[in-house]
Amino acid sequence: MSDAEKKDTPEQAEFRAYCQDWLSKNHPGKPTVKIPQGALELSDPAALEWLKKWQKASYDAGLIGCDYPKEVGGGGMTNCQVIANAEMQKAKTPYLPNIIGMGMAAPTVFFHGQDEVKAELLPKLLSGEHMWCQGFSEPGAGSDLANQQTFAELKGDKWIINGHKVWTSLAHFADWMILLCRTDKGEKYNGLSYFVVPIKSALGKGVTVRPLIKLTGETGFNEVLFEDFEVDDRYRLDEVGNGWAVAMTTLSHERGAGPLVTPASGGMSVEEGESLSTSNAMALVDLAKKQKRSGKTAADDAVIRDEIMQLMIRRESMVQNGRRAAVSSLVEHPARIALQSKLVATELNQDMAELAYHIEGMASSLYVNDDNAPAGGQWPLAYMNSFGVTIAAGANEVQRNILGERVLGLPKSK
Amino acid sequence: MSIQPKNFGFGEDETMLRDSARKFFSDNCSADKIHNLVATDPNIHRSIDCVWDKNLWQQIVELGWTAVCVSESAGGIGMPAVAAVALAEEVGKAAFPSPLLSTFNATFVLNHCQSEAATAALGEIAEGKATTLAITNQEGSWDASATDVSVNNDGSLSGTAYFVQDAKKVAQLVVSAASDKGVGLYLVDTTAGGVQMVADGIIDLTRDQAHIEFSNASAIELAAPGTGNLAIDQAMPAILSIVSADMVGAGEWLLQTTVEYAKTRVQFDRPLGFFQAVKHPLVNVMLDIDRSKSLAYNAACAYDTDPDNALRLAHMAKSQAGDMAVFSASRAVQFHGGIGFTWECFVHLFFKRQMHNQVLFGDAKYHRALLADMVMGAAA
Repeated sequence: MSDAEKKDTPEQAEFRAYCQDWLSKNHPGKPTVKIPQGALELSDPAALEWLKKWQKASYDAGLIGCDYPKEVGGGGMTNCQVIANAEMQKAKTPYLPNIIGMGMAAPTVFFHGQDEVKAELLPKLLSGEHMWCQGFSEPGAGSDLANQQTFAELKGDKWIINGHKVWTSLAHFADWMILLCRTDKGEKYNGLSYFVVPIKSALGKGVTVRPLIKLTGETGFNEVLFEDFEVDDRYRLDEVGNGWAVAMTTLSHERGAGPLVTPASGGMSVEEGESLSTSNAMALVDLAKKQKRSGKTAADDAVIRDEIMQLMIRRESMVQNGRRAAVSSLVEHPARIALQSKLVATELNQDMAELAYHIEGMASSLYVNDDNAPAGGQWPLAYMNSFGVTIAAGANEVQRNILGERVLGLPKSK
Repeated sequence: MSIQPKNFGFGEDETMLRDSARKFFSDNCSADKIHNLVATDPNIHRSIDCVWDKNLWQQIVELGWTAVCVSESAGGIGMPAVAAVALAEEVGKAAFPSPLLSTFNATFVLNHCQSEAATAALGEIAEGKATTLAITNQEGSWDASATDVSVNNDGSLSGTAYFVQDAKKVAQLVVSAASDKGVGLYLVDTTAGGVQMVADGIIDLTRDQAHIEFSNASAIELAAPGTGNLAIDQAMPAILSIVSADMVGAGEWLLQTTVEYAKTRVQFDRPLGFFQAVKHPLVNVMLDIDRSKSLAYNAACAYDTDPDNALRLAHMAKSQAGDMAVFSASRAVQFHGGIGFTWECFVHLFFKRQMHNQVLFGDAKYHRALLADMVMGAAA
């Protein structure tokens, strides 16, 4: 019995046993189509369908949305999502495709939406039947998120929306979007409002989605144009002018610092799912032992050894930070560790992928389209894709501003 | 696999102890008070003195801190190593000159000596007898079997122990010494005949250090030849956690002091901390302190509850804390600007303590090399 299991409440213990049993019988097995490294890289509709089937099955089994009330399609349990996540990780299941829906839209709708909107949207969000995307970034509003120019104007009981969103992951598959836009041009932060909008049903009728190609050559994100797009007022979350506060709910969950735990499945390995776990330093050790250089292996090189150990230590410290965050007497400031999590996780991920391609040496020049590429070219690809997450959700420079200002109390940089 | 408690074993008792230490140091050991005590003579050729406040040490003894990790059966309180780690963090935050941490280190080693003499020595520690380890040779090796002291046929000791911490503040020494049957551990009174203490001139103003020459010095056997190095090895995860925690505390002082300065010092019409060239590195210092703190408590908790993994996790803690120590100290001096480069600014006390801490019991690269051997196997 692991440490985590020993501390389970009776409800958690029963649920953990149920998850273990269900997963032992219902693992979907090796994908029948090629699955990319993460949901944000999804571009093949067949891959999406295969993953949606997995999300629907695990939702129907009660492993997704465990802590949401039953009225909104959840399981009505307490602190059980963390159990389901751990068991899915252990069972090496595929990842879930509707990650923006579950990680950002669901908690935001739950905390700020009207009851009938929650009941309408959350069940199909959690089951993955409806895919979601996030309409925050604009050409002129990246790190300075409050500089929103997309404008919504109320006419009767409809909002008329005009504007341009960019870096919109999964918009090409999304049924719904969480949308931050301006409703008052006279106020920066207090002039914003927050909506949930049905984009797929409006394609060609006020909504246009165009793919943007990432530096890796993959699609996965898009630009979205709104031209006199009509949205019902009931899809506004919270009060007009209160959009910034609602966006903070979204962002705190995106950065792993919100009250609701995001459903997460994963752990499938290269052989099983053709995607790499880039979060485990032992993968670097294995790689270094296979890679020859100057008659020895990379694992015999003192500098490589030291660099792998540095990352292994950072990885362990991240796990132990998470453990310590729950021990209030060992934390100097309540948000100090939570606000670090996005920053440290994405930089570690980037540094691991970078070291991995260094270890591969010249062979790392071979890309995924070359049959001789080591590990299918996944490490250099992971390195290039790692910049998506060091930039997204508030670039890490913005994260450092937030930590410096909110935790250390340094003067604001704006 | 052993089970570690989620809260690192840091419960109510440990929190109360830590909070009382925090209050004690904030009442008695402000940085200016420490500076007035230990930094009176900046002369680079100053005479080698050991300056400390024996009255405060007596209060600490009365508070029972030396008894924290001595078992109840030996006359102590029997708290887990995380309790000592929490005290070490507060000691580091105050840069407090005392033999407390050395006494903890000796306690952990004595806890692994299976002898009546060791139990008796632990009882004396619980009552407040300051004790330190004398287990390092001239080259500063951290190999527990390396010693330049040998055991004579009559059981007395001859040779020299080097880099002995807090030597002038303690009453007794736990000495590693070799004979043809291997390395044993021996208790030696610092005032005994044949013990010659030569103080080292060191950079850190908040400590003292010495090399100690033994000439047929009378000694009591604590661990038999061939078992002394094993006792040191077993205690090492706790020792590494203690010095790591000292660095965490000193790092937090450096961070908070520099943050305060960056909020108040104005240049180019703005407080320094407005500028991201200052703000972002200070956040990086915080990230490094938090990594180090989590790893130090993790290693100490493993020492208490998961001994098979303790040394691996302690290598991680000391490595991370060592790098953080240098970084926190360097940013503090740099961001204090011209004043930070002077003797009058208190930052140098902590800067120098971090320099000392960083190499004490092995630096970051040393521990990463040992860690790599453990998890990757030795290099070809």
